[in-house]
Amino acid sequence: MTSPQDPTSSTLGSVDAHGSDRGRGGQLGTASADVYTVTRKSRQTSFRAVWWRHALALLALAFALFPIVFIVSSAFNNAGTLSTSGLLPTRFGLRNFDALFNDPARPYWTWYKNSLIICGVATLATLVLGAAAAYAFSRLRWTGRRFGLLFILLVQMFPALLAFVAIYITFATVGEVIPQIGLNTLWGLLLVYLGGAMGANIWLFKGYFDTIPRELDEAAKIDGASHARVFFTIILPLVRPILATVGILAFVGLWGEFLLASIFLTQADDQTLAVGLYATRNANQNEYFGQFVAGALLASLPVVLVYLSLQRLLIGGMTAGSVK
Amino acid sequence: MSETRSSEVDQALDRLEPTGEHLEFSSHTPWWVQVVKWGLILLVVAVLGWMAQQVIEAGHWLMVSLIGFIALCIIAVYATKRAIPAKYLFPGVLLMLLLQIWPLLYTVQISFTNFGDGHISSKEEAVNSIVANSVREVEGSSRYGLNIAVPEGSNVATGDLAYLLTDAEGTYYVGTLEGLEELPADGVEAGPTGRIISAPGWTTLTPQEVNERSDDLADFGVPVFNDAGEQTAGIRQVGLSEAFIGTPTRVYDEEADTITDTVTGTVYVAEDANFVPEDGEGAALPQGWREFVGLQNYTDAFTNATLREGLTKVFVWNVFFAAFTVVATFLLGMAIALLMNDERLKGKGIYRSILILPYALPIYVTALVWASMFNQDFGLINNLLGLDINWLGSAWWARVAVLITNLWLGFPYWFIVCTGALQAIPSDVKEAAAIDGAGAFMTVRRVIMPLLLVAVGPLMIASFAFNFNNFGLIWLLTEGGPFVGGQSSIGSTDLLITLAYRLALGGAAPNFGFASAISVIIFFLVAVISYFGFTRTAALEDVN
Repeated sequence: MTSPQDPTSSTLGSVDAHGSDRGRGGQLGTASADVYTVTRKSRQTSFRAVWWRHALALLALAFALFPIVFIVSSAFNNAGTLSTSGLLPTRFGLRNFDALFNDPARPYWTWYKNSLIICGVATLATLVLGAAAAYAFSRLRWTGRRFGLLFILLVQMFPALLAFVAIYITFATVGEVIPQIGLNTLWGLLLVYLGGAMGANIWLFKGYFDTIPRELDEAAKIDGASHARVFFTIILPLVRPILATVGILAFVGLWGEFLLASIFLTQADDQTLAVGLYATRNANQNEYFGQFVAGALLASLPVVLVYLSLQRLLIGGMTAGSVK
Repeated sequence: MSETRSSEVDQALDRLEPTGEHLEFSSHTPWWVQVVKWGLILLVVAVLGWMAQQVIEAGHWLMVSLIGFIALCIIAVYATKRAIPAKYLFPGVLLMLLLQIWPLLYTVQISFTNFGDGHISSKEEAVNSIVANSVREVEGSSRYGLNIAVPEGSNVATGDLAYLLTDAEGTYYVGTLEGLEELPADGVEAGPTGRIISAPGWTTLTPQEVNERSDDLADFGVPVFNDAGEQTAGIRQVGLSEAFIGTPTRVYDEEADTITDTVTGTVYVAEDANFVPEDGEGAALPQGWREFVGLQNYTDAFTNATLREGLTKVFVWNVFFAAFTVVATFLLGMAIALLMNDERLKGKGIYRSILILPYALPIYVTALVWASMFNQDFGLINNLLGLDINWLGSAWWARVAVLITNLWLGFPYWFIVCTGALQAIPSDVKEAAAIDGAGAFMTVRRVIMPLLLVAVGPLMIASFAFNFNNFGLIWLLTEGGPFVGGQSSIGSTDLLITLAYRLALGGAAPNFGFASAISVIIFFLVAVISYFGFTRTAALEDVN
């Protein structure tokens, strides 16, 4: 890209052109003489051409951000009520968090722990069940394979939450006999979440499994590997990217689930963040607002961090057909 | 990402190179794998056995056979070397059958019944309760010490009621709608008067909880049977801590299926899941039972004028809400994606990271915060804009508030999807349009939009189906309200799913049957939407 005779100008050129147009920067570098002025000019013109894009983009940012700024500033607003909250905190402090952590009627950390356990276990199950099913659909040959895949896809159109009445009555009945998995238990809710664990994202899984060359497992089979060996030691390590994608999507989706959790968890000690925070705010919309918003901020942190650090993986999954 | 993967594939292939490493796989399965495998099988079977024991004690034979069948399947699938695909599919399929397909079928079944407030129990239980309820105390007979309880683990607000009784000799009993049973004294804690304070397997109700269930308790009574199985007496509560045994004044005639009140002489006949006076005068007995009502819930929805009007309103709003949301979020997301789709623009990564935030936050955070921001007196929106709009209190403003919130929630998704799709559009298409004299707007309208729509069409249908049942947003933001016109059943921003939720679980008088019928209507609509989704996707695949 650069000419050996003129290292200085070429360096300048490539540095200045950085980010805008590398190809042109390189050509300018070889032209040596007034590289600096030319690139500066091109940078100016490019800014002149795109400044309105920045302006509109900032407008979009303002629209996206103002509720979030409101959340953050209300959380750190010592007055702690809705009537005193605004885009800027009037009295900065941590009193809301203090109230949140020391409210005996609202065990925030228990909710947090419940959410982490439920989402963690259900996500793990989604991965195990989904990957196992995808292996059967992608690698093994059996009658009814195509029908089975279509059937699972079809069932996914009707998520469990649409049948909440039946779920409520079923678990009320089961709970009378086996209280450990009835209503008001985390295990019961977990079971309901597991109902869709295999089917959710089966198409993402199977699509990815199909891209792994079959020669690999055939070769291993010739060498005497069992189906389980092929699955655990050859396929699973190769599909880690899709495991990560689906795992994150499942976790984020469950973290925000409200309907089924609100049916199941009516007692404060069993609740997840979704149900607990909903109850906190509704206890008194003005008075408990500070406490609610502090809890909401902390509840958002895991998913926001996941989104920001793993954007690439998530965007792949989002465009492949998953809708939040 | 693809590079790393292909290099991993290479590594895996290297491992398989025929360099004398065949032995790696032909060796026997390591011992610890066997141990783990059998350990897991035993653990699962043990858990099932424990569950079966609980169920046997309660006498639910259908559940017992189901658990036994599952255990047999597990052994057949995992303890043998056959049925290899089943080994991978069994757990997922089992969970899907029990927790996804069964609820769907059961919903359909419930939608053909009158299951709901006043129609919870079976007919036999209803008759028992009516007779037991009509007892009059025989003067001079001794009273029982009483506490009121529900089975342990069930909800104190909805669980089946029971009397925990102590008779004059100090023997403990449990009285339910099925009759009186002696309660083993082990673990029973009693007060100084002999009244039971707590008993294993039962959750006693606090006075406040008893008060909240006073309506249920008013209809509750414990039947007492003689050795021939005929009900001879009933036990009823007097106040909070005493109960009496007495002879019933209402008698059930099984052959004629009538109930006769021996005091007033009224004969009640069974009609529409209630006992009503034969001569048609006077009120029906409050204890009804659950029965099959055929298509009545559906015909109600379509023929009852008030219901039909309400449901039509909800349906129209539901479709509009989903359609507007998809179009508006798509247009805004696409506009921002086009805006950012300029290689000269710097800082795109930062813009994108921030723009994704509304989508990343959990719905219960964003919807509840927006609800607070729409507060008329203290809310941010009115404060910032200097308005005094009663956002969530008036029907039209509440709808606007819902649409604004969902626009905010949904546009990042389309921004990201469109950014990806735009990058896939070859630049020569745009150049060709420019050469043909198309301006920027024309290029977008006639060239880029059609290409985008082909790419994101299936996602739009998926998004429509999702928003059609966007329970979380509506419930957290408005709870379906506001309710106008002095009624509290159908709100201005209700979707079908929030309406069904309120009918089934929201109020004091649940109507599971009708709520299930609405769910079934939703199933049908979702099926139609999905059908379009499938054909659309299939059409696209044909193109490719």
